[in-house]
Amino acid sequence: MVEALVDIRGLKLEFSGFDGVSHVLDGVDLTLQRGEILGIVGETGSGKTMTALSIAHLVPNGVLTGSVRFEGEEVLTKSGRALQQFRAKRLGMVFQDPTTNLNPVFTIGELLIDAVLVQKYGVPGWKLLTGGKWLNRKQRQQAREEAIALLDRVGIPDAAQRMGSYGHQLSGGQKQRVLIAIALAGDPDLLIADEPTTALDVAMQAQILRLIQELVRERHMSAIVITHDLGVVARICDRITVMYGGTVAESGTVRDIFEHPKHPYTRGLLDAIPTDQIERGELRGIAGAPPSFLNPPTGCRFHPRCPARLAHCHLHPPAVTEVSAGHEVACYLYTDERRA
Amino acid sequence: MVRLILQRLALTLVVLIGLSMLTFFVARIIPADPILLAAGPRASDAQIQQLRERYGYDRPLVEQYLRYMGDLLRGDLGTSVVLRRDVGPDLARYFPATLELVLAALGIGVVLGVPLGLIAAVYRDRLPDQLSRVFSLGMVSIPNFWLAIVLQLVLAFTLTILPFTGRFDRLLTPPTTITGVYLLDSLLTLNFTAFGTALRYLIAPAFCLSLGALATIARTVRADLLDVLGTDYIRTARAVGIPTSVLILKYALKNASLNTLTQVGLFFGYTLTGSVLVENIFSWPGIGNYAVSAALTKDFVPLMGVTLLTGFAIVVVNVLTDFLYLTLDPRIKYTS
Repeated sequence: MVEALVDIRGLKLEFSGFDGVSHVLDGVDLTLQRGEILGIVGETGSGKTMTALSIAHLVPNGVLTGSVRFEGEEVLTKSGRALQQFRAKRLGMVFQDPTTNLNPVFTIGELLIDAVLVQKYGVPGWKLLTGGKWLNRKQRQQAREEAIALLDRVGIPDAAQRMGSYGHQLSGGQKQRVLIAIALAGDPDLLIADEPTTALDVAMQAQILRLIQELVRERHMSAIVITHDLGVVARICDRITVMYGGTVAESGTVRDIFEHPKHPYTRGLLDAIPTDQIERGELRGIAGAPPSFLNPPTGCRFHPRCPARLAHCHLHPPAVTEVSAGHEVACYLYTDERRA
Repeated sequence: MVRLILQRLALTLVVLIGLSMLTFFVARIIPADPILLAAGPRASDAQIQQLRERYGYDRPLVEQYLRYMGDLLRGDLGTSVVLRRDVGPDLARYFPATLELVLAALGIGVVLGVPLGLIAAVYRDRLPDQLSRVFSLGMVSIPNFWLAIVLQLVLAFTLTILPFTGRFDRLLTPPTTITGVYLLDSLLTLNFTAFGTALRYLIAPAFCLSLGALATIARTVRADLLDVLGTDYIRTARAVGIPTSVLILKYALKNASLNTLTQVGLFFGYTLTGSVLVENIFSWPGIGNYAVSAALTKDFVPLMGVTLLTGFAIVVVNVLTDFLYLTLDPRIKYTS
């Protein structure tokens, strides 16, 4: 089997607070093949963002255990310059709210040129801090041209003129385009987009999604798109991982998940999508509330809300079962233990 | 831009007129008569009356005020009744000394305070942060006149590495007066010996005066930097591989510098008016000492001069900080 680009095994994340220890991730397994666009879906607090941040070793001060391998190389033991170089050259990340993610006191040109210099040319920090005095003119000029080309590629009109603009002078969609350009400055192997369209209006959402899809294909990248919008994953993803309460509930191809959902939670999510046949006031949801991280339910974390609950679901977390090639589900309905 | 500057200056004028009225009338409400002090205990009633008329003190208060302001417009700051000297030249002599002290103190506050806050933020809750916290807390808690005396004892008396009091060596000639600020004048005239001497005299009083600003700046920089380091745009920059040094010293520090700038602007006024004690202990020939001696003799014309000049300096610095905001944060726009 070909080596996966990203291979996450048994990822656990715990935060200690005044009220005790929060178990935010509880044994997440996830695999991303080269060239694939993977969608991670789940409710707020299902751990999808933390899973993605762990790939960049960017989880804020929690205890992270388990393994995250990028091309077979462990990420969680990286630190210092090796980690910074890894983020610069291999990863690109785009986050939810373009307004808060763009530094307000620098021009987009300056941010983008910095990104090109760091990610592509590996220029060290002290050289950037001296205002580029130690860089030769040719390199600066080249970085500038590349920055303009990137802006042009992500669909900013009059890219050369726009280099001198500040974030607040751009629209939300344009800001997100700039952030995508910054993420892609070093030709990364993997683009991680954490709810890239949630803060945008609907018309803009479609454009940004299409842009991400195009860029991933033309640059032969892989991508992880995090969202709670199943419409987004259906449109651009190859595979889907459904997360619930810090665990992976189900994963498979888009067709597997949409046409043959196995996990009761996945089914609930799909049922909750409004269709044109429903009556007014008939929106469906999943009964109950997402689990607390301080005292997560024992056994399967979904069992208190599960319509298909079995007598022993609360005892131990269910093992992962492969129901068909590449389609995995963590639920007692599909294990041999069902009859136990 | 030009219009904006003019607008600010017009506003400054309003502030100064208000300030002058306040000082003038408050000073004259106090039941004290500089004329009596100036005339001396053995002066006759006629002599006192003559003196009163000569300085215009027999006129109605409003007329006196208008007369003072009229003279002020012609650049005449009035005459001290007690010293029998014009106030203008005195201010020109004493103010640069105080300005030098205050600017040096603020300089020390920024140059030491910013790195101190930066280190505290980077090593949050670790040893450097704790040390910085203890140091800052200590610095604001220590009265500067007490530290002034201790510094004199240790540095000048015991170790004899710095001069005791004063602004310049009595046996040497001070640099040619251009601005009245010795450090600047000695540099302008390329007189490096004088520069060294002036610096040695300046360092201890300036440090004493800088304590409050230093500690406050350190704490402000720490708090703001921590705020900024927790923002989305710093996380994004970190995620795309921007090195930590650039993150902190470029991406975060510029965002965190606005509050610090405000602090520096405010501390200019605070330090200027608070320099009296330090000037006194170090016998610094500044405006603070001048104002105190005038106040003790109820000699209100010099007091008026000092107040107006200080007020003017504070307003100018505040206008300057306003304009510095523009260069630091592109989102700020002043509409005229």
